[in-house]
Amino acid sequence: MRAHGYAPSLRVRRPIWFRVRLADTLPHVPRSLTTRVSGWYAGFGRLGHFLADMARGLRDVHTWPAQTVAQLLRIGVNSVPIALFVAAFTGVVLALQASYTFTGAVPLYFVGTLVGKTIMLELGPVLTGLVLAGRVGANTAAELGTMRVTEQVDALETLAYDPFAYLVIPRVVASTVMFPVVVALAMAMGVLTGLVTAVNLLDLSTVEFVRGLKLFYQFKDIWFGLVKSMSFGFAIGVVGCMKGLAVRRGAQEVGRATTDAVVLGAKLILVLDAVWAVLLL
Amino acid sequence: MIAFREVYKAFGPNRVLEGLSLEVPDGQTTVILGYSGSGKSVALKHIVGLLEPDRGAVEVDGAAVHELDRDGLAALRSRVGYVFQFAALFDSMTVAGNLALGLRRQRLADREIGERTDEALSLVGLEGTQDLYPAELSGGMRKRVGIARAIALRPRYILYDEPTTGLDPVTASVMNQLMVRTRETLGVTSVVVTHDLKSAYTVGDRIALLYRGVIRQVGTVEQIQRSHDPIVRQFIEGRPEAAADAEQAAAETAP
Ligand SMILES: Nc1ncnc2c1ncn2[C@@H]1O[C@H](COP(=O)(O)OP(=O)(O)OP(=O)(O)O)[C@@H](O)[C@H]1O
Ligand SMILES: [Mg+2]
Repeated sequence: MRAHGYAPSLRVRRPIWFRVRLADTLPHVPRSLTTRVSGWYAGFGRLGHFLADMARGLRDVHTWPAQTVAQLLRIGVNSVPIALFVAAFTGVVLALQASYTFTGAVPLYFVGTLVGKTIMLELGPVLTGLVLAGRVGANTAAELGTMRVTEQVDALETLAYDPFAYLVIPRVVASTVMFPVVVALAMAMGVLTGLVTAVNLLDLSTVEFVRGLKLFYQFKDIWFGLVKSMSFGFAIGVVGCMKGLAVRRGAQEVGRATTDAVVLGAKLILVLDAVWAVLLL
Repeated sequence: MIAFREVYKAFGPNRVLEGLSLEVPDGQTTVILGYSGSGKSVALKHIVGLLEPDRGAVEVDGAAVHELDRDGLAALRSRVGYVFQFAALFDSMTVAGNLALGLRRQRLADREIGERTDEALSLVGLEGTQDLYPAELSGGMRKRVGIARAIALRPRYILYDEPTTGLDPVTASVMNQLMVRTRETLGVTSVVVTHDLKSAYTVGDRIALLYRGVIRQVGTVEQIQRSHDPIVRQFIEGRPEAAADAEQAAAETAP
């Protein structure tokens, strides 16, 4: 068995258990299904190798911390405005819809409860996550894909750098750390616009809104949302880097990698969201 | 020493290297000539482990590159400078940043990095470009920055992938002289991939012609120039009309 260096690690490798050919072992199952399932298998195998390479890259402490700082700033600057924009409008709509739904049957201060709970538990993390899947995921995949095509990743390797330490870890760490920060800001913004809307359009006082907000509030509402967004950030970072580095050549492949990163990132966010709900709620 | 031992490499059905064997003696410059698409860049990438052979091995200092572990490979790579065919500069960094990156990896002090950067840039005739970004440079300038990036490392081996293609004749000569000088002053062992014959004759101690996945002939400049092999003659004379004859001759002389 050949020991693998960096460059081969960027290639598509098949997981060990892939040798069990599903199509051969299960001849009566439709082929389209077996190829799809073994496709997933291969996908998981690649993910496993990718994570293992990342873990190994962590040892290179001379390389990744410095790069991470730059990525943190970049993600922050790129994502905060759009995340706040989305959250602001979400807050407005939630307040109005809450009052519309209650139609006088429920005390109006429950608007505060509904806005707070929904923003903190669900819409803050997930909507922000989906927006950032587009922003950060696409950006990462396109950047690394272009670096592959123009042989910048190869050049990096010939300078004896590990691309995982230099490119991947900083991006994954940065998005894992920055997502909760951005989501926290988005939560604050959403609650704030909900409050402003309630006060100005719904004849609700600030005091009443806050009373509703506090009604069923638990600290868990916040940390649950933030832990979720960390996992979203990790997933988006990994997917963006994987798709980007998998590019071999051509602008077309960069385009495809970018789209794939966004679509897969968005799917993963929804799946992770459900998983967290099952595990922790 | 760098040695190709029966290297086979295919991309799907496209068989590129088919048992390539070649030794690159220390302290010399070996030129690999070959048609466009003959696999010169592919061969070069095997030396630093950017590609792995399907069969056979590339040995550097006695160790097979594809068998090295990560640390071994990193150590090998820090002994080798690589000049990419299309420069492969980091476009998010300035020229100085590009040169500094490899030096920083070798844990040099900032002052030394600055000195080596300036020195390498003046060797390729690009002093004063430190703060420009690759996008602000011409193609030829980028290529020279790529050469400077490799030279600044003061490696034992330098691999040049078409260092003079796309340069004007005068700049090309300057680069040829630079390659000769780095060998003489630093004792660097070089592999130069090119189809620029003038460059090959100027810098080469030995010339090898890569043809159909194997080395067709290897020898000194004089030996190649006096070769009777029709394929070699066709290449160095650049006569397309000889192609048919050569094809036929190749078929007859093939083992
Ligand atoms: N990463 C790759 N994946 C698939 N095919 C490749 C890859 N790299 C090179 N090839 C193929 O290998 C063959 C040789 O390519 P290579 O770049 O080595 O040619 P070359 O001799 O350097 O040509 P040129 O003088 O034009 O640079 C080509 O047919 C090319 O399509
Ligand atoms: Mg080439």
